[in-house]
Amino acid sequence: MSKDIKIKKGLDIRLVGEAEQTTENAIISNFYSIKPEDFHSIIPKLVAKEGARVKAGETLFYNKDNETMKFVSPVSGEITEVQRGPRRRIDAIKITADKEQTYVDHGKFDLASDAEKTKAHLLASGCWAFIKQRPYDVVAKADSTPKAIFISGYASAPLAANLDFTLAGKEAELQAAVTALSKLTEGGVHISIGSSKSPLANLQNAITHNVSGPHPSGNVGTLINKVSPVNKGETVWTVNAQDLVIIGELLLTGKFNAERIIALAGSSVKKPRYFRTKLGSEISTMIYDNGVERDGNDRFISGNVLSGKRVQPDGYLDYYSNIISVIPEGNDYELFGWNKPVFDKVSNTRALTFSWLTPNKKYDLNTNMNGEHRNFVLTGNYEQVFPLDIYPMQILKACLYKDLDEMEALGMYEVAPEDFALTEFVCVSKQPHQQIIRAGLDLMLEEIG
Amino acid sequence: MGLKQNLHSLREKYKGTKMAPAFNALHTFLYTPNDTAHGGTHIKAADDLKRTMNTVIMALIPCLIFGMFNAGYQHYVAAGEIEAVTSGFFSSEFWTLQNFSLGFWKILPILLVSYGVGLGVEFLFAVIKGHEVEEGYLVTGMLVPLIVPIDIPLWMLVVAVVFGVVIGKEVFGGTGMNILNPALTIRAFLFFAYPTWMSGDKVWVEGAVERTREIANGSTADAISGETILGSLAQSHGVDYSVMDMFFGFIPGSIGETSTLLILLGGLFLIFTKIGSWRIMLSSVIGALVMGYIFNLVVAAGWITDTSKFYGLMSTEFWHHLLIGGMAFGIVYMATDPVTASQTNKGKWIYGFLIGFISIMIRVFNPAYPEGVMLAILLMNVFAPTIDHYVVQGNVKRRLKRAKLKTA
Repeated sequence: MSKDIKIKKGLDIRLVGEAEQTTENAIISNFYSIKPEDFHSIIPKLVAKEGARVKAGETLFYNKDNETMKFVSPVSGEITEVQRGPRRRIDAIKITADKEQTYVDHGKFDLASDAEKTKAHLLASGCWAFIKQRPYDVVAKADSTPKAIFISGYASAPLAANLDFTLAGKEAELQAAVTALSKLTEGGVHISIGSSKSPLANLQNAITHNVSGPHPSGNVGTLINKVSPVNKGETVWTVNAQDLVIIGELLLTGKFNAERIIALAGSSVKKPRYFRTKLGSEISTMIYDNGVERDGNDRFISGNVLSGKRVQPDGYLDYYSNIISVIPEGNDYELFGWNKPVFDKVSNTRALTFSWLTPNKKYDLNTNMNGEHRNFVLTGNYEQVFPLDIYPMQILKACLYKDLDEMEALGMYEVAPEDFALTEFVCVSKQPHQQIIRAGLDLMLEEIG
Repeated sequence: MGLKQNLHSLREKYKGTKMAPAFNALHTFLYTPNDTAHGGTHIKAADDLKRTMNTVIMALIPCLIFGMFNAGYQHYVAAGEIEAVTSGFFSSEFWTLQNFSLGFWKILPILLVSYGVGLGVEFLFAVIKGHEVEEGYLVTGMLVPLIVPIDIPLWMLVVAVVFGVVIGKEVFGGTGMNILNPALTIRAFLFFAYPTWMSGDKVWVEGAVERTREIANGSTADAISGETILGSLAQSHGVDYSVMDMFFGFIPGSIGETSTLLILLGGLFLIFTKIGSWRIMLSSVIGALVMGYIFNLVVAAGWITDTSKFYGLMSTEFWHHLLIGGMAFGIVYMATDPVTASQTNKGKWIYGFLIGFISIMIRVFNPAYPEGVMLAILLMNVFAPTIDHYVVQGNVKRRLKRAKLKTA
């Protein structure tokens, strides 16, 4: 069943500031923040009120549509603030951490248990949040049965944390998680790996696929499309490789240990490297020591530079990211930027842009748009970086004019916003592709469900 | 620093006002804006639409400069003042200051009118409708002077440009939304509104029209005539030009369309920079050759004899069709317009092939107007969405089939 996946369409964007393979323990964060918006489309029902004390792994809120789906605290401490937005929407739950961490004991799990028990355990322990589904790219519905589960063990995005490095030594946890997940589907757990050295390469109860080629070869969307694309009425689940460690540890020890090794990378960072930290922690615990200038003009991103979320320097690591990228802001004008030859930026054309001459050069890119927003004009350039069997411009336009039938016919069930990150990067019309796809998916979720 | 700051504060001042698009259009010519990416990719590729359009203009400049020399050259040769070229592309008879200055002073006004009027209309619409000034006209404004006869009266050009920009583009919502290629819409308008100025043997050489009028008024000077090769062939006259003349472009015709050599180089540049679609260019050439070859076979089979009015063009060797008329220019610069062409890669093959094929067909069967490439491209512009529809349906059907297999 294992299949080698080799893609040609794509683009490797090489950036300055790749993390050096050394791990430091991050300063222990005093405050943690969990943002319900990380769990797209979930409406939270708050359990832990302001002032309450929680243990690590204790429920903070549950899914309004499914009471059994819990979302838990990464640390033990006191709920100091529940930040609310318009219409009393919960924006963030802020926790002040204890000096001594205490954990809820979910109990050692019997890995031979059946699907129902496994599911119930993951839902109750807060690990369900790590399981996402397609269609719609949201937290998986608990009553759905996936035709298969997909995990990308190879990160090809610019500056991405090297999974072979961050997961090294975690084979036992990975194995436990994969074994449990394999109970939940009949189609198997499919894992993509970049090399046979990957800690994910020799797992039982999984089907591994060697992937190679330029980004997005490591995207889970590419893996799904090449192995078993989502058809109408079907569901697949995806889990980030680094989250398997948390799931695995919970199953083996009963402890929800939110620890994660993340990369701090980007050209603004003095010494890019890896940190051992916890999800939801303050990024300021990592970014200043041998990192960025305090009064610098930088963009902080929880996630990679193509699809991560912008955060402020006093912000928090989000639930699914294993990288903090810091690149310079580009909020300056550039004289004759539209017609002079360009040597210091990446492009997939050769319109007086010369990145094709130096495919291995590392670039120091900033956040400038390099142009203004326009209607779709050029054709054929998205296809050069888009390996899925889908017409990218046509599906984007279908999302813009909200034709549900057409979106469905063109393959909307198969995609997630991150699949359109590269087309957005190369777009000469500077259209916000990922935003368009997200809005399209939300519309479908609302109308079709 | 001062200029940058001043312009920045002006930009802030105009923000949200009616004049913002007009100001931004001028401002962004000088400076790429300081806008940063939000809520998507945090980095962006170096290209924007301005750079893309600028690349096409760069590919057109050699044709424009050659057109200036050729305008002078055709005039002086027809007037009998200089000898025809004899020694290849760099012949000294051709590249003279005299030739250039006549062409320059004749073509500059056409260029200025094209850009002035076209951009004026664009700015007006941008201000009224509150969208940014789109760069599409930068290319259209350059194409228009290259595809009109040298003696075109400027007022006609003004009328045509206004028509082309408004009806061809703005009513659909601007660049990216139009169905027909705006430059060809302008040319088609000229052709059908003022046919005597767009065909025949008087308009292609500077001064021919004027001279004819003088003769009619009793002057004894010799008439200047400069028929295009297509015109001669359509009337089954002989052609005095060698294949090399046609390839290098030392022939009468629209201002920028004559030099197949430079168009070829421009096309290669567009393909190399990945701005122009090689699929469309290649398939158009194939389409034209196939149709030309079929006609050659018809002649060879003896179904058409030299008494037929189609004989002249049908018996033209099939590959010569690429060298004469606007064929090459149309294929490289007009058929490849991404907005009006097919948008799918498979569709581009079909679209291009049909353009080449139909161009030659119109050329041969319509002696009244022997240049078919303009009409062929406009026709295929209309059909491009249909072609794309069927190509995309292929993908959709594959998806449905996959779903059926699973459930079966």
